[in-house]
Amino acid sequence: MSRIVINKDKCKACYLCINECPKKLLKIGKDTNKLGVHVVEFDDPGHECLGCAMCATRCPDLAITEVYKG
Amino acid sequence: MATQVFKLPESLKGDVKYSFCPGCDHGVAVRLIAEVLDELGIRENTILAASIGCSVTIYDYINVDSLEAPHGRAMAEATGIKRARPDKIVFTYQGDGDFASIGLAESMHAALRGENLTAICINNTTYGMTGGQLGPTTLLGQVTTTSPTGRNVDYYGYPIKIAEHIALCDGTAFSARVSLDTVANIKKAKQAIKKAFEVQIHGLGLGFVEILSTCPTNWKMSPDKAHERVRNEMMPVFKPGIYKDKTN
Amino acid sequence: MVECLTNKKVLTKGNYAIANAAVIAGCQCYFGYPITPQSEIGEFMSGKMQELKRGYVSAESELAAINMTIGAVSTGVKAMTSSSSCAVALMQEGLSYATTDELPVVLVSVMRGGPGLGNIYPSQGDYFQATKGGGNGDYKLIVLAPSTVQECVDLTYKAFYLAQKYRNPTVLLADGLLGQMMEPVEFYDYPYPEIDNSGWALTGAKGRDGRIIRSYGPLADDRCVFLEKLYEKYRKIEENETEWEEINTGDADIILTSFGSTSRNVKTAMKISREKGIKAGFFRPVTLYPFPNKRLKELSKTVKKIVTVEVNMGQMVNDVKLAVNGACPVELIHKGVGAPPSAKEIVKKVEELI
Repeated sequence: MSRIVINKDKCKACYLCINECPKKLLKIGKDTNKLGVHVVEFDDPGHECLGCAMCATRCPDLAITEVYKG
Repeated sequence: MATQVFKLPESLKGDVKYSFCPGCDHGVAVRLIAEVLDELGIRENTILAASIGCSVTIYDYINVDSLEAPHGRAMAEATGIKRARPDKIVFTYQGDGDFASIGLAESMHAALRGENLTAICINNTTYGMTGGQLGPTTLLGQVTTTSPTGRNVDYYGYPIKIAEHIALCDGTAFSARVSLDTVANIKKAKQAIKKAFEVQIHGLGLGFVEILSTCPTNWKMSPDKAHERVRNEMMPVFKPGIYKDKTN
Repeated sequence: MVECLTNKKVLTKGNYAIANAAVIAGCQCYFGYPITPQSEIGEFMSGKMQELKRGYVSAESELAAINMTIGAVSTGVKAMTSSSSCAVALMQEGLSYATTDELPVVLVSVMRGGPGLGNIYPSQGDYFQATKGGGNGDYKLIVLAPSTVQECVDLTYKAFYLAQKYRNPTVLLADGLLGQMMEPVEFYDYPYPEIDNSGWALTGAKGRDGRIIRSYGPLADDRCVFLEKLYEKYRKIEENETEWEEINTGDADIILTSFGSTSRNVKTAMKISREKGIKAGFFRPVTLYPFPNKRLKELSKTVKKIVTVEVNMGQMVNDVKLAVNGACPVELIHKGVGAPPSAKEIVKKVEELI
């Protein structure tokens, strides 16, 4: 099962990753972090993640720290 | 069993938090350099000559020995470091104002001398840290805080095409312009950065990469729109490509 | 090419003496841009450094030269640049950075006439430039002022040593007269201990975290702490390294003081004055920073007058006045640019002043 790990403290809410995901598994979350911004959430109930790492490659703030493919 | 296909590079300091604005491409560029240092296994043998502007903060993120330089003087300091320690890998990370305005003489002459160095230059068409003034790469028509009605030739002259100029210097081994506007281009950018370090390792001369980047804050655009601007306005003028490659 | 000479007495120019001494001192890299009256230093270095497989760059400007020197010394090696007056002006930014980054830069400054382009005659018009600085912020440069070609050798060695010992930029402040004139000099092995730089030099972060040499600090308090520490170092330099020469000061009514090449005629003027029955003494600061304030203060209590002789419009005289602090009158004999006043001219003025 492919998945990603998000460090919510580092997300600055640029949301560039949201458009990048080919399966549209990233969305603006309800949670906020210390910066007071709504951080990105990974929402993959149907296990659709491809493990392509496009989100992590795009993320300018090192907030997507790990990607697993399987 | 899932295999890890992405992790943060080891050449970054632990638990790095960038101070860049949301959506700024600097963060990607710094990560790519760290990934290249990892892949080439050179972190422990590398020295950075830092710059002035947003780019200066790289020394807080990448775990290498670093020396601050006055504005524009990074290539001179890098030259001094390399001449004193030819066995070290020496690189600079500068903005377009640092590299190609106040530091143009230092940059061009390092290229002309064929210094075995790597220079990475972020081109975001503005002075970011000081609040978005007109810089050497500001596009014709572009509104900045010091070109309030847009850059016109009569008043401000033309923007500089850095990668082309550096390619013209005989001592340059590799000169390329890349962009970070898409994931595909980010991957190409990394290959160019890697090449710019490899030519130094092989003693071929200067390795140079100009990276087209965004400044969403001073452009007053969303990060997404900023990448559209890179594609629609910057890339037609600053054409991505490899302008010189002595290894070919 | 001029041979590098060791343990030999030879007749040579001040500029060659400085360059030769730098090579013997272990200078690993030289960076420079030509300017009269010090171009022989770069000419000598261009051949010698290549021959010895050390670093040499014909820099594109003095801005580049000082920053190349900063780069080289940041890795722990000895390195230097040399220049003159209007071009040393271009190096002020780099010198300010080198003080705050605590880097052992050595600069040889061979003064010519100013301000602006001025001319290529000898001058002492850059006393302020060297001792007060033109760069930004609170800082000091260690400044050594030779008065003979032999001292060009001695103080070049010392400049490298003090720069390394205190991690502070050090200036050898010569002038066109010393740079261009020939005198017999003796070269000898570098007489100072080597300083261990391994605790701070940039050598690649092998087996350790990266080091950052920088002055940037966003917080005001941090900067205050740093500046207090920096000035604690300057107090140590003042305590340990202040150097001067004095002759016949014990019974003197009048003390003639000067620095660098001018002091040669001043010393003769003191002797002639003595022959004429004037109780004259001679005092020459060798280190312009640290300035021999304490000794001048002591002397001011026993003499009637101190006379400063300079080839400028009166620069060191200000430091003499500060040191004396009104305890005795301080007069100035000066000439704007060119060869220093002759001993006879100085004696004539001394007779008027006494």
